[in-house]
This record gives sequence, structure tokens and C-alpha cells, in this order.
Amino acid sequence: MFSKRKLSTIVLAVSLAMFAVGCKKKVPAPPPPPPPRVVDAPPVVKPPAPTVAQFTAEPTTIQRGQSSTLRWEVSGNVTSVSIDQSIGTVQNTGNRRVTPSDSTTYTLTATGPGGTITGSATVNVAPPAPPPLPTQETPKVTIDQAIASAVQDAFFDYDKTDIRGDARDVLTRDAEALKKILSDFPGASIVVEGHCDERGSAEYNLGLGDRRSSAAKEFLTGLGVSADRLKTISYGKERPQCTEQNDACWQKNRRVHFAPGQ
Amino acid sequence: MKKLICFALASAGALLVLTAQDARIVVDRTQGRVPVIAIPDFRGSGDAQRFMVAFNETLNGDVNGSGLVKIVPKTSLPLFVPQQPSDFQQPGPPAAAAPVRGRTPQAAQQITQAANGGGHWMQDWSSPPAQANYLAFGYTAVQNGVFVLQGWLYDLSKGNPASAQLVAKRYLGSVDEPGARKVAHEFAADIVSLFGGQSLFGTHIYFSSNRTGKKEIWGMDPDGKNQRQITRYNSISTYPNLSPDGSKIAFTSWAKGQPAIFIFSVDPVRDLRYYNQTASVNQAGSFTPDGKQIVYASSAGNGICCRIFIANLDGTGFRPISSPSAIEVEPKVNPKTGADIVFTSGRSGPQQIYRMNMDGADVERLTPGIGEASNPSWHPDGQHIAFAWTQGYATGGFNIFTMTVATREYVQLTHGDGKNENPSWAPDGVHIVFAKTRGSSSQIYSMLANGTQLQQLTTSGQNERPVWGK
Repeated sequence: MFSKRKLSTIVLAVSLAMFAVGCKKKVPAPPPPPPPRVVDAPPVVKPPAPTVAQFTAEPTTIQRGQSSTLRWEVSGNVTSVSIDQSIGTVQNTGNRRVTPSDSTTYTLTATGPGGTITGSATVNVAPPAPPPLPTQETPKVTIDQAIASAVQDAFFDYDKTDIRGDARDVLTRDAEALKKILSDFPGASIVVEGHCDERGSAEYNLGLGDRRSSAAKEFLTGLGVSADRLKTISYGKERPQCTEQNDACWQKNRRVHFAPGQ
Repeated sequence: MKKLICFALASAGALLVLTAQDARIVVDRTQGRVPVIAIPDFRGSGDAQRFMVAFNETLNGDVNGSGLVKIVPKTSLPLFVPQQPSDFQQPGPPAAAAPVRGRTPQAAQQITQAANGGGHWMQDWSSPPAQANYLAFGYTAVQNGVFVLQGWLYDLSKGNPASAQLVAKRYLGSVDEPGARKVAHEFAADIVSLFGGQSLFGTHIYFSSNRTGKKEIWGMDPDGKNQRQITRYNSISTYPNLSPDGSKIAFTSWAKGQPAIFIFSVDPVRDLRYYNQTASVNQAGSFTPDGKQIVYASSAGNGICCRIFIANLDGTGFRPISSPSAIEVEPKVNPKTGADIVFTSGRSGPQQIYRMNMDGADVERLTPGIGEASNPSWHPDGQHIAFAWTQGYATGGFNIFTMTVATREYVQLTHGDGKNENPSWAPDGVHIVFAKTRGSSSQIYSMLANGTQLQQLTTSGQNERPVWGK
């Protein structure tokens, strides 16, 4: 069953065992090795490194311009203590006010025979609060702006005081705008100015302007605008908004215009 | 000099028109024959000479402005100018030169020719080229700190200086330009009165000017001098009217918001505190002839502008006179009768001139309903008015007209050349002041009531709505 190779290995092993047992012989013992040399040196006792018992910043977060206090205490065998960020060498125990302008990490380095150790403390600087705003003005438009943007002039025919079609549309829109303005500006009143072109006589035009402003006021109060808060003033032809002598300009001047009351 | 010549030439031409033109209205007082007056430039001795430009300008302006005489152009005057009666050579030219052989003395005398005294003879002034009927001469000097004028007026039709003298007078003024103008005005007044004229020296014109940036009431002399600010409201102050005695002025101002009436004394300038009745419009106040009340236009009562009202000078006792539904403004009470009012009304359509009794009765339209008519102003005689009318022109194209109220006959005085409005009669009843707007410039002018002798009185800013009074 065994292969020839295995059989021969076994034979070799048996023969070697017989040889070892059968060939034992007595030899003398070697000299002992020399003893080690005795050196007279102190015993090596390594001292402990310093300990940073405390290194804190109080408070840890400040506003720019404020200060924080660093406190530290270093114990153990210390030869020097220093803090970076231009603080330099310090006593083992102490405190220091710092006023960093930006967030800063302070590193304390304590050195002693036992080694060097570091500790760190960080002062966080919050960005400055925005300066206080001046007393807030109401962001609302003035009554002048409100009238200028929302209330339009109504125009008239020559020597006429009746509200024509286009003026009805304008004044109808004006009525809504005026109601809003009067509610936005509770103390205000509105002047309904009557104007004329330059062609009639001045005194007659003063009458015409008065009738135009009255007609416009009547129309507006009919649409719910408070009559108490509309005041009419005729300027006749004394305050033209256009001074050329042509039809377009004259038409511009035949108008009712709205202005804030005094 | 050149200006004076032009002025004199213009006046000569104007008077030709005057005599040819319609004479229904008061103006042609020369009955067709215009006296000719020579006014050589006066000279001053020493310091007085400094003011002689102003003096001569004023003397010529006043005499010429009277419309009663024709002034000889300076270029036609003899070279030698007498300064006092003794400067005339006595006797004058030989009455009849010794008959030259072969010619009859009669023939020589019939030929009209220049005298040859070069100005030393009175006849030098009455013969061609001057051909004057009258000669004004004299001189000025400063004497004891007073500006003195020695002034003479000669009637050249008289044969010799002794009988020719019509005016021979000393006039005294301050040693400055106003003083020189004052004596010139006074001398001119004496000359003009000889021809039936009335001097306007001492009368005043009030008007509205925006030369300070805002319309204020201003005053000035009739020749445009001495312009002075009356109101300082920094608002709109305009439409002045003067009391009959010239001491008070009523005007309309927006100084307190809505247009309202103010009454001021003019010398010194003082607010007489007129009480305005509650109304959106109180305007265009003018005085009654007794100076105790004003008539004006107001929206009081019914809230509709405007009815004619009357009130006391402090604003009390107001009551409406007219009661139309139309705009009625510019009431003016007849200065002679105090019994009727002319005014402007839109009761028949476009504004026209109307007349009514003081109680509002007997309303009649004076203008025929054509165009627009406004700005009525009574002549001092209470029989004529001046007014502005667009008849014959586009809307707004006003011209000055006069009208005889009883007959409604009218005469047109200005003819286009811009807008002419707001006429007001001078106290002499011969001159009219008005506002002329050309393009964008409005200025005050005076003229004779026949449309001639146009003289611009203002230049600074926009000037309008003149009124002429004492």
C-alpha cells in the first residue's frame, strides 16, 4: 500500500535514530562567561513633565472691541511658560486681558525638565453689531408724492366750467385716489385749484377758475370724497403751467389741479 | 438828441393822424390847428449842467405828451439859443430893408424866407425852418444849494420880447436828478396849461409787476420814473384800483390763500385791514366816487363766482347788487354821478361790458356781443369809458377802445401788435395807460386817448394792470 518513496523515508529516519543513540560520548564543560563590568552611574530616574492645570479664556466669545481674560495655571516642574500671540513669557499662574480683533487661539507652552506641554484657549470674536439706525422715517410717500402720482388734472373747454367726458373719467379715478390719500393722511386736506388759459380777462378768469374748482369738488363729493377736506382756490390765469401761445398750451392751462392743503 | 428828434417827428406825424381821426371822444382839443413850439435844449451853469439831460428829456416829454402842441425838430432850430430875454437883439431885423434899386419893397416882403439873426432875433424862430409859434427858453443854475430854473415862454407872433412874454418864472428844486425833473415838470405844466392842458405831474400810476419774482403792487410817476414797490406779500398781488383822492389802493391778493381784497394807504404804505366776508373769491375792488365804499366781485352767499357786491371800506355792510347766474366782475362806479356801474358779465355768452344802476336795476349791455369785451374804465367825465375788446381779432386778441356810453359809439385806439388791455384814464381825461403784451413780455404804456403818443413806461419784469389816479 505504501509507495516506495515513503517507505524509504521511514527507513532513513529509523536508521538515524539508531545512530544517535549508539554514538554518545563524554566532552569537558566550557568556561563561564566573564561577569559584566560594573559601571558607577546614578540610577536613571526620569522626572514627570509639567502639567497645564488650567488655560481658559473667559468669556470665550466677545464682540469686537471687548476683551476676554485668559487664565492659566501650570504645575509641575516648570522652567518657562509662554503664550503666543505676542504675549510672551508669563508666570506659571496668572491672567491677562486680551482684546483680539478677530477670533484667536492662544497657545500656552510650558517647558520643564520633564518635557514641554502645550495648552490652548480660543477667544471667538463676533462681528460687530450694526450701528443703531436713525429714528426710522415712515417709508410712506409724502402727500405731495401721493397726489402727484395718483391724482390727475381734469381739463375744460374754453370759457366753460362743465365737466366734459374725459374729465369725468379722470375725476372718477381721482375720487378713489383722493379717498385713499385722505385716509392715509388723516389730518390732511386737498386744495382743488381752478386754472384758466391766458386769453380771457384776468378777473373774469378768476370767476371761471372758481367755478371749475367748484364743479370738480361737487363731482368728487358726489363720489364720496369728503367735502370738508376739499378746499377750492381759483388762480384764474395767474399760474399757468404752460406759457406758450398755442392751442395745446392753452388746453393744458384750462384745468383743475390738486395740491395738498396747508 | 437823435431820440428827441425822432420823438418830435413821431409826434408831428401822430398829430396829423390825430386831427384826421375820429374826434368824437374828448381828445382833439386843438380844433385842427396845432400850435408849434420850439424848445431848444436848456443849459445849466456849473453843477446844474449835470442834470440837464434829465431836465430836457422831461420838459420835452411832458410838453409833447400833452398832445396839444407840436415841437419843432431840433435840427430845424437856429444855432444861437437865447438863455434869457436880454439875449435877443434889439431891435430885431429891420422892418423893411432899404429898397434895393429896381425892386419894390413890397415884393421883398412877400417872399417868406429865413431871418438871418442866427437865433438872436425872435423872427429867427418864427420863420423857416423852425416856423414856431412859441419859444420856450431859459437856463438853470445851482444857487444857495437849490436847483433853480429861470424859464420863459414867448409868443413869437408878438413883435418884441417885451410883449411876447407868456411865462417868466423861477422854479426851485433839489440839486439832483429828481429835482431837475421836478422843475421841468412844473415848467411844462405852466406851458401846457396855456394850451388848455392839465399837467399829469404829481399823478400816479399803480400796477402789478413780477420783477421781484412774485407779483406785487408797484407805483410810479406818469413818465415811468420813481418806480417803487408797494406790497411785499411774496404771493400774487394784483388788480389794483385807486381811491378818488389817490390816497388808497384796493387790490386782490392770494397772500392768505384764497383770492381776497386788500386796501392799503399808499403814502405811507399801510394795510388798512379790509375785512373779507367768507368766500372762495373776493376780488377786483374799486372805489365809489365819495371814496367811502368799494364795489367788488365775490362768490359769497351762493358760493358761485361772482356777483357784484358793495361794502364799506373796512369790509362791513356788504351786500350783493347783481344776481345773475353768470360771472360778473370788474365793477366801476361812474366817477361823476356815482349812480351807475359798468362791469363785465358773461350773462349773454362771452364776456361783454354792461351798465346798471347802483341798485342793480336797468341792466344794459354796452358792447354789441361780438368777441369778448372787458376792463371797463370810466373817463373822469362819467360819459365815456375805455375798455379792451377782441372785436376783429382772434380770441384773446384784445385792443383798447373808447366808447361814449350814451350812444355806444366806439373808437378803436390800438390795432394789434400784441395784446392791449387794462386801459385806465389819466386824471386829465386825455391820456390812457394800458398793458401791452407782445410775445411773452407785458409792459405798461401810456398814450393819448386817440391812440397816439405811445410811450413805454416799464421795462423790468412782467408789468400789467395799470391804474392811473391822483
